[in-house]
This record gives sequence, structure tokens and C-alpha cells, in this order.
Amino acid sequence: MAELNISERQAGDVTVLDLNGKVTIGEGSVALRTAIRRLLEEGKKKILLNLASVGYIDSSGIGELVSSYTAIEKDGGQLKLLNLTKKLQDLLTITKLLTVFDVYESESEALNTFK
Amino acid sequence: MCDGSWRAHAFLLVTLETTELKLPSRIEAIEEAATAVAGFVNRSGISEEAAFGIDMAVREAIANAVIHGNRLDETKLVKINVKSSPDSLEIKVHDQGQGFNPETISDPTKEENILKSSGRGIFFMRNFMDEVDWSTAPEGGTSVRMIKRRVN
Repeated sequence: MAELNISERQAGDVTVLDLNGKVTIGEGSVALRTAIRRLLEEGKKKILLNLASVGYIDSSGIGELVSSYTAIEKDGGQLKLLNLTKKLQDLLTITKLLTVFDVYESESEALNTFK
Repeated sequence: MCDGSWRAHAFLLVTLETTELKLPSRIEAIEEAATAVAGFVNRSGISEEAAFGIDMAVREAIANAVIHGNRLDETKLVKINVKSSPDSLEIKVHDQGQGFNPETISDPTKEENILKSSGRGIFFMRNFMDEVDWSTAPEGGTSVRMIKRRVN
């Protein structure tokens, strides 16, 4: 089984990626990078990452979230995060990234904030 | 993906209080080694919250040794020692690399670094452990020693 499974769905013009598994060095980080690159190539620039089922993340995975954010912003898009686990929230707090990311607990609320 | 061949090179020696693990420098080995260390840590009776932080720190230390120390050269080994005492848990990760100066690592929480895609591993190690220090072994290679004290 893959370390990280990513399924894609469309909610209006927002693409929601449901992540399930580990975003860690190697396979998990690469899977996220590949998915984001593909969406940008397809012109899908409004992206909501649902992280509810991310059981584990390391510094590489957090770096990949940052890379995703900067790549999407550079392309004129928006990246928002949905359903952080308590542990991921703690990690983003201590790295001061919680202030960088737009974070939501409700999918409908998150979808409404995309411009 | 999981061909299991590296297992032939790895062995685990468990005594009452210490574990030693050696692994070839492959990305896939990080997970297996960290899982083995986490098993030892969990059996040591340390709190669940401390165990989570130790697991984070251990994964980062092993990843650094595999990638930056041994540069993914599978002929080079990463050696991990874990020692449990009544006061603390001590974890050492040794690689066969050239070493580095930890003082040159910049603070990833500074504004100019916040959007960098790397540089948070050592920050996590220092954040989750009570002591982290590096040394160069006489025979070469770098060791990082991390200590988590038990809170009574």
C-alpha cells in the first residue's frame, strides 16, 4: 500500500485533495508534490487540502506543504488547508507556519473563502 | 517497493536497557528503523506525549544521517543506539559522513526562512528533546546524541 493516497474531487472551481496516510520523506512527500504539479499544469489553481486522515507528517512533509503553498501562490492560485489533526496543528504552531496557511475546520466554510 | 533485501543487512539486538540497530543508507530504512526505536521507547514506559516527540526527533535524526551524512550511499551504515535509564532515554544516531557544524543551521521560524521548503528537521529535534548535541567520532563520521528526561 502506498504511504500516501491522494484522491481528487471537484467542488465548483475548487479542487479538493483528500490525503490519507503519511506525508513523510520519500514516497509521501513526492506524491503530494506530484499531485500539486499536475493540478497546476491542468490549470487547477484553487486547491483545498483535506488533511483529516494524515496520520503522520515530518519536516519533509511540512516542507512540501510550504513548497505547495509557494508554487500555487506564484502561479496566481490559492492553497487552503482543511481539518488539521491536533498534532499537525501543534507542528505548524511551533514552526510559526499556522500564520502562513489559511486553515479551516469546515469544508463549506473553506470553499466559500476561495476567490 | 518492499523487497525486504535491506533487512538482511539490519539486525536488532535487544537487552534489558539498550537497543542497537544498524541499517544501510536508504530512504526506506528510515521508517523501519524509526518503528523499531518507537517500539523500544513505548516499552520504556515514557509518556505518550513524550514518545510522540521522541519519534519525531528520531525520524529526523535518521533521515539526516541517511541523506545528508551518508548521502544515500547504501554501503555506508547508520547506527542507532537507544538506552533507557530510570532518569531518561538517550538516543544516538551515528553516520559515516563528513559532519557539519550545527551552528550554521539557521532558525526556520525567522521571517526570512519561514517559507523555505527545508531546514526544520534539527529544529524539531531540539524542540522535542531535552538535549541534542553532535560530535565527530575519532574513526570518522558524525554522532548526534539526544536525551529525553523522564518527568516524575
